[in-house]
Amino acid sequence: MDIIYLLLGISVLVAIAFFTAFIISVRKGQYDDVYTPSVRMLFEDELVKTKSEKNQSLNKVKSS
Amino acid sequence: MSMNDMENSTCFHCGDTCKDEAILFAEKNFCCSGCKTVYEILNSSDLSYYYELEESPGISPKFSADKFDFLDNAEIKERLLEFNDDKLQIVSFTIPSIHCSSCIWILENLNKLHGGIKSSQVDFPRKKIRISFLGEDLSLKDLVILLSRVGYEPYISLENFEKEEKTSSPDRQLVYKLGVAGFAFGNIMFLSFPEYFEMNEFWLERFKHVFRWLMFAFSLPVVFYSATDYFVSAYKGLRSGILNIDVPIALGIAVLFLRSTAEIILDIGTGFFDSLSGLLFFLLLGRFFQQKTYSFLSFERDYKSYFPIAVTRLTGDKNHPEEQVPVYKIEKGDRVIIRNEELIPMDCILINGAARIDYSFVTGEAEAVQKKSGDKLFAGGRQQGGIIEVEALKPVQQSYLTELWSDEVFKKDKASEFQNLTNQISRRFTFGVLSIAIIATIFWMFLDPSKAWNVFTAVLIIACPCAIALAAPFTLGNLLRILGKNQFYLKDAGVIEQLDKIDTVVFDKTGTITTSKRDSIYYEGMELSEEELQLLGGSLRASNHPLSRSLYEILKKNQITVPEHFEELTGKGLQTSHHTMNLKLGSEDFVKKNSSFHDTALIEKEHKNTSVHLSFNDSYKGCFNFQNSYREGLSEVFSRLVEKKELIILSGDNSGEKQKLESMLPAGTRMVFNQSPGDKLQFISELQKQGKKVLMVGDGLNDAGALAQSNVGIAISEDINVFSPACDGIMDASRFFQLPDFLELSSRAISVIKWSFVLSLCYNLVGLAFAVSGNLMPVVAAILMPLSSISIVVFTTLATQLLGKKIQR
Repeated sequence: MDIIYLLLGISVLVAIAFFTAFIISVRKGQYDDVYTPSVRMLFEDELVKTKSEKNQSLNKVKSS
Repeated sequence: MSMNDMENSTCFHCGDTCKDEAILFAEKNFCCSGCKTVYEILNSSDLSYYYELEESPGISPKFSADKFDFLDNAEIKERLLEFNDDKLQIVSFTIPSIHCSSCIWILENLNKLHGGIKSSQVDFPRKKIRISFLGEDLSLKDLVILLSRVGYEPYISLENFEKEEKTSSPDRQLVYKLGVAGFAFGNIMFLSFPEYFEMNEFWLERFKHVFRWLMFAFSLPVVFYSATDYFVSAYKGLRSGILNIDVPIALGIAVLFLRSTAEIILDIGTGFFDSLSGLLFFLLLGRFFQQKTYSFLSFERDYKSYFPIAVTRLTGDKNHPEEQVPVYKIEKGDRVIIRNEELIPMDCILINGAARIDYSFVTGEAEAVQKKSGDKLFAGGRQQGGIIEVEALKPVQQSYLTELWSDEVFKKDKASEFQNLTNQISRRFTFGVLSIAIIATIFWMFLDPSKAWNVFTAVLIIACPCAIALAAPFTLGNLLRILGKNQFYLKDAGVIEQLDKIDTVVFDKTGTITTSKRDSIYYEGMELSEEELQLLGGSLRASNHPLSRSLYEILKKNQITVPEHFEELTGKGLQTSHHTMNLKLGSEDFVKKNSSFHDTALIEKEHKNTSVHLSFNDSYKGCFNFQNSYREGLSEVFSRLVEKKELIILSGDNSGEKQKLESMLPAGTRMVFNQSPGDKLQFISELQKQGKKVLMVGDGLNDAGALAQSNVGIAISEDINVFSPACDGIMDASRFFQLPDFLELSSRAISVIKWSFVLSLCYNLVGLAFAVSGNLMPVVAAILMPLSSISIVVFTTLATQLLGKKIQR
C-alpha cells in the first residue's frame, strides 16, 4: 500500500501543473478579451473561401 | 416591385436610407459618395467578404484629411506610439464605430489594404485596435487617414496624450486569488473525502496523517494569499470603529485555520480545511461575479476625453504659416486656427472669421451663438461654420472649463462614504455571534470544561456569515447584468443600493429631457402667399446656416424660386430678392428694423425661444419658432416618479420653455433656470445639506459637477459610443421612459437581499444548534456551509431573473 505515496505525489504534481498553466495563461492576458477570439476563430477559413471564390469567378469569366 | 423599392431605399454599405438621390454603383445603392468609396476600396482589395458577414455593416466616413495634420508633429507621434524602432511601429487606437463581426474582420485584414501594415488586432469589448506597421512605408498620419477612409476613424483626444498606466493588475489579482482558492478547494475535498465516512478503517488510520498534512499545505496559500483582502478590510474596519461584514468573516477564517492546525498537531481530528477553502472559494466567486464591468464604457471621463490633442497655430513665418502644436504648448497670445466642428480648447478672443459657437455641451444652452471679432470665446465651445482665427487668453489648464475639474468633488470617492446594507446588518450580527459564543462557552465551562474550547471555536466557525456576504454580490451582480441588457449601464453594484435610497430626482433640461435630434418648428404671424413661400424656399436652400437647413426640411418643396440676388450677413440673416419681391430673413433686430407692421400686435411680442423672423418688401410677416421637442414618455415618467420623489428641473437655458413644461409635467415639479455648471453643483450640495438623497440625470459637460456631487449621477446618451461625462451610470436615451422601472427594480433587489439575509440566518441557527451542543463534526460543517451558500446563490439568481422578466415586457 506504500504505493499510495507515489500516487499522491503524482496527483499533486499533475494538479500543480494545471494550476501553473492557468496562472501563466492569466498572466499572458488570455482572459483580458474573451470575446474577440471567439469571432476571429471563425474568420480564418472564410478568408480562404472568398479568395477561392474570387478565383473561381475569374476562371468562369476566362472560360466563357 | 415593392421588394425592389425596399432594396432601393437603403445603402448597401451603411444601411441608412438613401435620401433624395441614391448613387448606383455595381448594381448596388449607396447613400453617399463616402460609402461608395469605401465599397470601392474594399472591393478592389478582395475584401468584399465584409458585406457577406453581416448585412450593411459599414459606417459612412465623415472626415477631412487636414484634421489629422497634427499627427506629423514629432512630439505627438512619440506620445501615441507604443513602440518605435527605426522600422517597426506599434500604435493602439480607440475606434468608437466598431460594432459587429464585420468590423473585426476588416480591421484585422488591414494588411491587405496597405503593404506597410504588418498586423492588427481588435479588442472588441474595449473597441480598441492595436496595429503594428512599418514607419518607412506608412506614416502614422496616413494610417489614421486610411482607417478614416474606410469609416473607422480613431478617436484621438487629449487623454491619449497623457500616457495612462496599464491598469490591468487589480482585476487580475482577484482572478489569481480565486484560482488559488479553487485549486486548493478541489484538492482538499479529494483528500478529506475518505475520512468523512470511514472512521476506524485500518489503511485510513495508517495514512491519515499524510492526508491531513497535505491538506494543511494546500490551505496555507488560501489563508495567506486568497484571504488577505478580508483580513486587511477587517483590520481597517476595526481601526475606524466599524464592524463591517469582513470582521466576522476574518474571525471565522482565522479560527477555522487555527483550530484545524491544532487538531492535526494534537492528533485529535481532521480539522476543517475543506470548509475553510470552500468558504473562501465561494466568497471570492461572489466578488468576481459582482465585478461586472462594461469595458467599452468609461465612467471616469473628464474634459481630456473631449479636447483635441493639437491645434493649428499661426507662426507668422511666411514659409510655414501654420504649424501643429500640442494644446498644452499653447501660451497666452498665440494665434490659433479653429475649423468647422472643432472644439475650442482654451479661453480666447476672436480675431477673424464668422464664429458661430455651440456651447450646448458646456452650458446647456440649446442654440449656437454668433460672435463678433473682439468677443471672448470660452473653452469647450464648438465652432460651426467656417474657419476662425483666435488669440489665446490663457493656457489650456487654466481655462474656465478645466478649472471646474479642480473642484474637489471630482476627487472624492462616493463609495467610501456609503454604509451598505451588508455592513449595516453585520454590526448586529457580529455582536450576536460573539455573545452566543461566550454564553455557550461559559455554560460548557461548568458542564464539561474539556468541551468549552471546542464549542467556542465551533460557534465562530459555523456563524461565519458566508451566505450573508454572498447575498448582496449575487443579487446586485445579477441586476447589473439585467440593467445592462436594458441599456442602462451602472458603474458598480454599489450604485444599485444608492438608487434605492433616492428621494429627490434632478433633471437637466437640454439634451436630457429634450432630444437633440428633432426640433419642432411652428409659424407665428401673417399667412404667406404661394409666391412668398416659393422665394422663401429658394433662399433657404442657398443658405448654409443650420437654422435655415432645418427650416428648409419642413417646408413643402413644391416649387421654389431661385433668388437673383442673395446676400448672407453674418450674425444677422439673409437678404434676397426676385423680380420685385424682396425678402429679409433672420434675427429679430435685423428684420424688424426699417420694417412696417400690418399687424401691430406683432411689434411688442417677446421671443424667448429661438426664432427666425421674416419680412417681404420691408413689411413684417412673422416668425418661425424653434421649440425643443421632449423625449417620449416624459409626462408619464414624471407622473410616475412624483408619487414618491421630489422632482426638480435644473437648466442652464433660459426660462423660455417654462410654460410648456408646466403644462406637461405634474404639479409640484420645481424648475430652476439660468444655472451655470458651478451653480448646478452648488444646488445639488444644498439639497444634500437638507438631508436629501439626490439622483441627478444629465447629459453634457455642464452637468459634470452636478453628476459628481449627487448621490447617484446618471448620464443620458443618444449614442452610447460617444463619451459621457464622469458619472455613476450611463443610460441609453431610448430607455429614458423606463427610468421609474429601473428605480423600482433597484428597490425590489434590496428586498431580495433582505430576504436572503433571513434565509441565511436560518442556516446559521441550524448550524449554531450543532455548535452549541458541542458535536460539530467536520462533515456537518463541510455540508452545511456550501449548502447555505449555494441555496443563497440559487435564491437570489431566481428572484432577480423574475424581476428582470417584468421589466423586459
